[in-house]
Amino acid sequence: MAAKPILYSSWSSGCSSRVRTALALKKIDYEYQPVNLLNKQKEQEFHGNNPAEKVPILKINGLTLTESMAIIEYLDEIYPDPPLLPKEPELKARARAIAFHIASNIQPLQNKPIYLMLNEKEPGYGDFWCQHFISKGFKALEELLQMHSGDFCVGNQISIADICLPSIVYNAIEKYHVDMTPYPIITRISNKLAELPEFQVAHPNNQPDAPKN
Amino acid sequence: MSNQKPVLYSYWRSSCSWRVRIALALKNVDYEYKTVDLLSEEAKSKLKEINPAAKVPTFVVDGQVITESLAIIEYLEETHPDVPLLPKDPIKRAHARAISLLVASGIQPLHNLKVLQLLNKKEAGFGGQFAKQFVVEGLTALEILLKQHSGKYAVGDDVTIADLSIPPLIYSANRFNLDLSPYPTVNRINETLADIPAFIAAHPDNQPDTGLNA
Repeated sequence: MAAKPILYSSWSSGCSSRVRTALALKKIDYEYQPVNLLNKQKEQEFHGNNPAEKVPILKINGLTLTESMAIIEYLDEIYPDPPLLPKEPELKARARAIAFHIASNIQPLQNKPIYLMLNEKEPGYGDFWCQHFISKGFKALEELLQMHSGDFCVGNQISIADICLPSIVYNAIEKYHVDMTPYPIITRISNKLAELPEFQVAHPNNQPDAPKN
Repeated sequence: MSNQKPVLYSYWRSSCSWRVRIALALKNVDYEYKTVDLLSEEAKSKLKEINPAAKVPTFVVDGQVITESLAIIEYLEETHPDVPLLPKDPIKRAHARAISLLVASGIQPLHNLKVLQLLNKKEAGFGGQFAKQFVVEGLTALEILLKQHSGKYAVGDDVTIADLSIPPLIYSANRFNLDLSPYPTVNRINETLADIPAFIAAHPDNQPDTGLNA
C-alpha cells in the first residue's frame, strides 16, 4: 500500500469538512495536515499546489486534487462503497443540485474573506450579509428538501447533499446565529446526521487543529 | 423516449444558463427555450413554482425538474453520453470538475446580479469594485490551473465541462472592463472555443431573448 493520502484542511473550513466526511464514509485513512487560514504567511508547499490558496487539498494516488466537490466525485468513482450518489440519473441530479445549491449559492457568499471585507466596510454589515444569504439559501433549500427528502436529503440514503449540509448549518447557527425555526426539515436532517459516527469524526470541534476549550 | 422536447428556462446573459446551452448544443439535444426575465418579479414568481430557488437555468425533462447548472450538465453527460464532456480517466475528470467548480462556486456567485445590487445599495459603485476583485482573483487562479492542465482546451485536447466555464467568465470580465493581458492561456482557449459552432449557438447574442433589458 502506498503512503496514506494527505488532506490539507482547516478545522473551521466548511469545504474541508465535506471532504473529511467523505473520507470517513469511505473508510479511507489519511494524514491530516492543518492549514491556518488566518495565517498571513502562506505555506510555500500549500501555495504552490493550490493557486486559489484554498482548503481542502487532497493528495492521493500520486495526485493533487482541489475543490471539495471534485474531490468527493473522484473518491466516489475510485472507492464506490458506500455510494455517495443514487443510481438513477434523476435522483443523482437532485443530490447534485442540492449539493451545488449549498456549494455555489450559499457557501461562497459567507466565506471568511468576504465576511471580513464587509465588516471592515461597515461594522456589522458582514453579519447582516451572511445572515441574509444563508436565510435566502435555506428558504429555497427547505422547499427542495420538502420535495425530495426522506430520512436524508434525497430519499433514505446518504448522498453528497448530506455531506454538504452540516457545515453550512454549523456556520448558520454557531457563527451567524441564524434563526432556524423556519427550517424544520433542514434541522431534522442535520440533527440526524450529527448522530452518525462519520459525521462526528469530521466535525470541526474534533479536528487536530481545533482550538481547545 | 418521450415525445416532449425538454425545456430550458434561461436568460440570455446568465452565465449559468450559457454553460447549459453549450452542453445542450454540443450534445445536439433539441430543446424548447423559455425566457425568464431576471428583472421581472412576476417571471421569477412563476419560475419559483417549479424551482424554489427561482433561478436559471432550470431544465425540465420527462416531467423531471433539474436545477443547478453543473447538476444539469452532469445529468446530460450521463443520459446523452455521445460527445463526452468528461474524460474517461478519473484524474482528468477530477481536474475538469475542479476547474468548473472554481468558476461556478468560487467566482461566479460573487458577481451575480443580486450580490451586486445589494452591495450597490450599501454604497454606489461598491458592487462593481467587489466583483472586479473576485473576478481578478479567480482569473489568476484559473490561469495557473490551465497552465498545468490544458492542451488545446482546458483539460487536454478535448472539450470538457471545464471549457464551458470559460466564455461566460471572459464575457463577464469584459463587461467589468478588466485587463485580460495577465491571462494568456485563458484567452487562448477562449478564442479557440469561440470558433466552435456549439459555442456560437449558445452565445448570449444568439438567443431568442437577446437584448432583453439591455
